Amino acid sequence: MYKYDNYDQEMVYTRVAEFRDQVERRIAGKLTEDQFKPLRLMNGLYLQLHAYMLRVAVPYGTLNSEQMRMLAHIARKYDRDYGHFTTRQNIQYNWIKLEDAPDILADLATVEMHAIQTSGNCIRNISSDQYAGAAADELVDPRPYAELLRQWSSFHPEFSFLPRKFKFAVIASDEDRAAMRLHDIGIQMVEQDGAIGARYYAGGGMGRTPMIGPLIRDFVPVADLVSYAEAILRVYNRYGRRDNKYKARIKILVHEMGAEKFIEEVEAEFAHLQGQNIDAPAAELERIKGYFEDPAFETGLSDEIDRSDPDFAVWLDQNVHTHKQPGYAIAVISLKPTGGIPGDASSAQMELMADLAERYSFDECRVTHSQNIVLPHVRKQDLHAIWQKLVEAEFASPNLDLISDIIACPGLDYCSLANARSIPVAQKIAQRFKEIDRQKELGELKLKISGCINACGHHHAGHIGILGVDRKGTENYQLLLGGSGAEDVSLAKITGPGFDEDGIVDAVEKVTDVYVAEREDGERFLDTYRRVGMDRFKEALYG
Amino acid sequence: MKILTGNDLKTGDVVWWTGYDWSRHVSDAVPVYDNVTDVIAREIAKRAVSDCYTVEAEKTDDGVLPIHIKEKIRATGPTVRPDLKISPPDPAAGNWVI
Amino acid sequence: MDNLLRFRDDEAHEEPAVTLDGFLDQSNATAVRLEDGEDARQLLPFLDRLALIEIGFSAFGDGRGYSAARILREHGFDGEIRAQGDVLIDQIAFMRRCGFDSFSPETPLDPGDAEKALARWNHVYQHAADDRQPIWNKRHGQ
Ligand code: HEM
Ligand code: SF4
Repeated sequence: MYKYDNYDQEMVYTRVAEFRDQVERRIAGKLTEDQFKPLRLMNGLYLQLHAYMLRVAVPYGTLNSEQMRMLAHIARKYDRDYGHFTTRQNIQYNWIKLEDAPDILADLATVEMHAIQTSGNCIRNISSDQYAGAAADELVDPRPYAELLRQWSSFHPEFSFLPRKFKFAVIASDEDRAAMRLHDIGIQMVEQDGAIGARYYAGGGMGRTPMIGPLIRDFVPVADLVSYAEAILRVYNRYGRRDNKYKARIKILVHEMGAEKFIEEVEAEFAHLQGQNIDAPAAELERIKGYFEDPAFETGLSDEIDRSDPDFAVWLDQNVHTHKQPGYAIAVISLKPTGGIPGDASSAQMELMADLAERYSFDECRVTHSQNIVLPHVRKQDLHAIWQKLVEAEFASPNLDLISDIIACPGLDYCSLANARSIPVAQKIAQRFKEIDRQKELGELKLKISGCINACGHHHAGHIGILGVDRKGTENYQLLLGGSGAEDVSLAKITGPGFDEDGIVDAVEKVTDVYVAEREDGERFLDTYRRVGMDRFKEALYG
Repeated sequence: MKILTGNDLKTGDVVWWTGYDWSRHVSDAVPVYDNVTDVIAREIAKRAVSDCYTVEAEKTDDGVLPIHIKEKIRATGPTVRPDLKISPPDPAAGNWVI
Repeated sequence: MDNLLRFRDDEAHEEPAVTLDGFLDQSNATAVRLEDGEDARQLLPFLDRLALIEIGFSAFGDGRGYSAARILREHGFDGEIRAQGDVLIDQIAFMRRCGFDSFSPETPLDPGDAEKALARWNHVYQHAADDRQPIWNKRHGQ
């Protein structure tokens, strides 16, 4: 994986020093809260329901064991011994003190980590495919391109006061595991006439007005990757709405301007930027690629796995994914134990994951957008040992992509913008469907919960989505059906009137009953929904 | 009645106005009246709190608690982590935790 | 103009800046002021006649002026570009990179603080309107 050189390291240390100075000025009264807020946000520090919250970046979701151990250390030393992995492949701590924040950033910097641009109206941490470098279906590893964009976007002088936040996702396979079309800019690396280039989408997003990003350009040569992004950002910075923060995302600009006109503007800007030296020298991409070369895979390993332990076989079938290298597999650690808090991990669990990564996965792990942790490169022959360690730690839920593998935002338990709690609903649903056989019977079913319209829990992209709303001061939940954040991207639709907390659990059960009754061979919940349509489900819900 | 709340500037802790200082425990909160704007301005200027505002509250068997669920959770801690509760625990929240 | 912080060797321009509309109506003025969101490209035909372009920041969070300054520099403007309005200490390093070379903030900046802020970053990651080499060029001996 990528390693900092002295330049990268110095940039991060400089940022720590700068932020330390800003915090001192705030505490000394030289900065008002209004002036300080954007500065702390650009360092990932929010003020949330109970305390400050710190969001630490995990660039393109890749971590080594030392970094994971540092995350555990921070949880233990500065927080309450746990952290929350997010849908944007980052981690959040909920109980941070402002006075500690500079020290935390200094600790992170020692392992090449930071919280730079994890919040604020700037280009955020760039997300990618959690199986990058390991998946059998990828064209190239997307992370070198994401790293190039990370460098370009870090401390970008022109784009640090955008109309609103700006999120990139970069993938390189036809299967979309990163909700790429639901990002402000989505990039798929593709091949044309033997050359690699970027297919650019722009103007996707969730939030209160979800939109699927339209195609902006089919092929941008790698040599122009950065200048094309610069052109889009400049058009957005100049024309994005600033009168209403709910209409300030690029998706609104693309929508209001129309994709065609938007593309015209971008192309004009891109043409203007030619010859301005925006792009990195070709040698830089080569240098970065060097860090993402395959680890030293053993050859001649067997693909045989002993399935005689039935519990192991269940985990194997559900949580293990095909690897490009014979004898290897991708193993996913579910952070969704039945009744647990989706995405939360204690410092002890982080340490266990670090140990497993170090021992079995070439020192690497990944954070997924569905809030799980991946061991990307494990030998098939080690899977049983890994599983046993997970079982010992009660960390071996075999529920990947099943109904209890729920994405849930922090909701009203932690978030000051929330209307309703998300976590208890996730817990109750997981409890209702706790028999794994029943879950497997329902097959792939992506259930996603947000505690308010901001959609941090991706409810628009859930096969089943749940949205918390405030109904006269009490929590209420709307049910949505038919969304997808994958390559068959679609936006979920609201079924009708909302439910209370117990009602929503019943409602989820009812729609799964409809699916079981209606499905044809091999259909997932989503496929059945698309075929039979909303009415059949509505009937079951509202009679 | 209304009570005054904010977040401690340096620690971020949720704090409640006791009439002369800030407490982490909502049970120490006292009712505030129309003249509260002076207190707000003074406490922000002193940088005791990063921001502060009033919320509707009522007396319950457990002492003073905000009425709205969001402020109630702010006062008592996340409902899904009873181990992290700030006193007094909200007995009803237990029903949620599995 | 007590608050003026200037990074140019030439004499400060005295003539008051006219509005963009005013300038486009009678274009013999030598100083013009762009408000947030006014299109810098409208000035392109007149750049060689202008000594000062003042860009207003009504609120520090409105970043349109950064693009405006950079566009002017990309088209070769070498007169003064002044940031006026809600201009804060933590922004001036970015503004310098986008081509601003003078600052007239509403609330005066402490010159010591300003110097510190401008000296902080030894390296930059990307190309902008200044002549600093991005890290990726330095890495490869450029
Ligand atoms: C608790 C603190 C958080 C706050 C205050 C917060 C705030 C917001 C807001 C205001 C939006 C809407 C932006 C817009 O529509 O313009 C948003 C979107 C989003 N947030 Fe969060 N969020 C928080 C936590 C999280 C967490 C924990 C995750 C991951 C689990 C997350 C991931 C996202 C994603 C994926 C979106 C959708 C992006 C889009 O609209 O395109 N956020 N957040
Ligand atoms: S969706 Fe709403 S409640 Fe959930 S984390 Fe985002 S802002 Fe908070």
